[in-house]
Amino acid sequence: MIGQRVLGQGPVGQAIVGQVEEPLIRWDWIGDHLDDLWERTVQHVQLTVVSLVLGLAIASVLALVIRRWRWTAGPITAMATLLFAIPSIALFAGLIPLLGTGLAVPTVALTTYSLVVLIPFMVASLDSVPMPSVDAAAGMGLTPRQQLLSVELPLALPTLIGGVRIATVTIIGLVTVGGLFDLGGYGNLIDNGLNRDFPTLIVMGVVLSVLFALVADLSLVALGRILSPWRYKATPR
Amino acid sequence: MRSLFEFLTTSENWSGTNGIAVRLGVHLWVSFLALGASALVSIPAGIAFGHAQRGQVVATGVANIGRAIPSLAVLAFVVAAGGGIGFFPTFVAMFALAVPPLFVSASTAVSELDPAVLEVGRGLGMRQHQLVRRVEVPLATPLILSGARIATSQVIATATLGAFVGYNTLGRFITVGRANRDDAMLYGGVVLVVTLALIAELGFWALQRALTPWNRRRESNATASS
Repeated sequence: MIGQRVLGQGPVGQAIVGQVEEPLIRWDWIGDHLDDLWERTVQHVQLTVVSLVLGLAIASVLALVIRRWRWTAGPITAMATLLFAIPSIALFAGLIPLLGTGLAVPTVALTTYSLVVLIPFMVASLDSVPMPSVDAAAGMGLTPRQQLLSVELPLALPTLIGGVRIATVTIIGLVTVGGLFDLGGYGNLIDNGLNRDFPTLIVMGVVLSVLFALVADLSLVALGRILSPWRYKATPR
Repeated sequence: MRSLFEFLTTSENWSGTNGIAVRLGVHLWVSFLALGASALVSIPAGIAFGHAQRGQVVATGVANIGRAIPSLAVLAFVVAAGGGIGFFPTFVAMFALAVPPLFVSASTAVSELDPAVLEVGRGLGMRQHQLVRRVEVPLATPLILSGARIATSQVIATATLGAFVGYNTLGRFITVGRANRDDAMLYGGVVLVVTLALIAELGFWALQRALTPWNRRRESNATASS
């Protein structure tokens, strides 16, 4: 049975009981619908990038607040943990009647989840900077702003990139969940496939979103190496 | 908001095969089975890899794969591959979701133990299996419990997805409410799912504190410094 299935097993298809064997993938369908797949790709990338950039911007501000007033770390991270406990389906479903089916719902929901991942990493990455380096920078007469930009930020970068990687992969997966609510991206393919009982659509949605997550993750690893080359210099043998 | 309150307080909405009580039961049942089955496989495997000092490498791999393949992908793929609808795809997806936190916490906990402690065990003449059972497992328990907490809260939150493949979890109120444009039902589903997820999170946190009283001080210090 693997690779083949009986039409009519899906939630909707149960009504139309058929005995036609439907292959797991119809390659000719893919060939005919490349523009459709491209459109979903563009939507998925857009939603991911927009919510990541917004998340990074807000998380930076909050990280600076935490850095300036240490006591805010507890409440802010507790809030983040609590928000992450909210199931993504519930958040999408709850926001749709309030904000409509436009870009607002996925942007708000995905930015929220990216914040939840990014804030702890931002704080941890600034904490990971060795104190002697900061002291040395202060001793050289750098202003606090110069210390942050030219010493702390470059040294915090590897940990920060780690957080951005996790946030990115998480968001790509959550965009797919949003597709169940017709919010765009590869999830729409899965949703259509489930409703129409068409395995090709489901498989394409699954494979493309996993592939996109892997490509994005590897790109961020490469970006991390480019931005902090001193960490990856070949050691003389 | 008044209609949401009415939805949650009308007794007919709680009874019957499509009532809140049955769906809550189904939701908890699939979560419980998947978590139990996953724990039976993942925790011993994690301890074994940790004991063999292969814990870190394998754990990183498992964590990365788990993150890249979301539950929805597993769920949809099982349906597409002919796994039917309802319980089975939901169970498989929840089983897979619980593997990374359980495996990673077990293997990390065992492989990061202080080598000196193991040396003392060997010095006392313990055999390999005694070392695992009497030293490694007890010392790894707090971290394994925190892995179990993460797995439990994630699975209970995500079992909602089963509704999209025809399984009668609490998510049904969301899918049916949306299809029928019944906002009271939709919000009722949202409130139920969120409440259950928060109860699971807080309940397990309390359980963890009760089971590992010696860890309280260290835990509060760790959260303060992170």
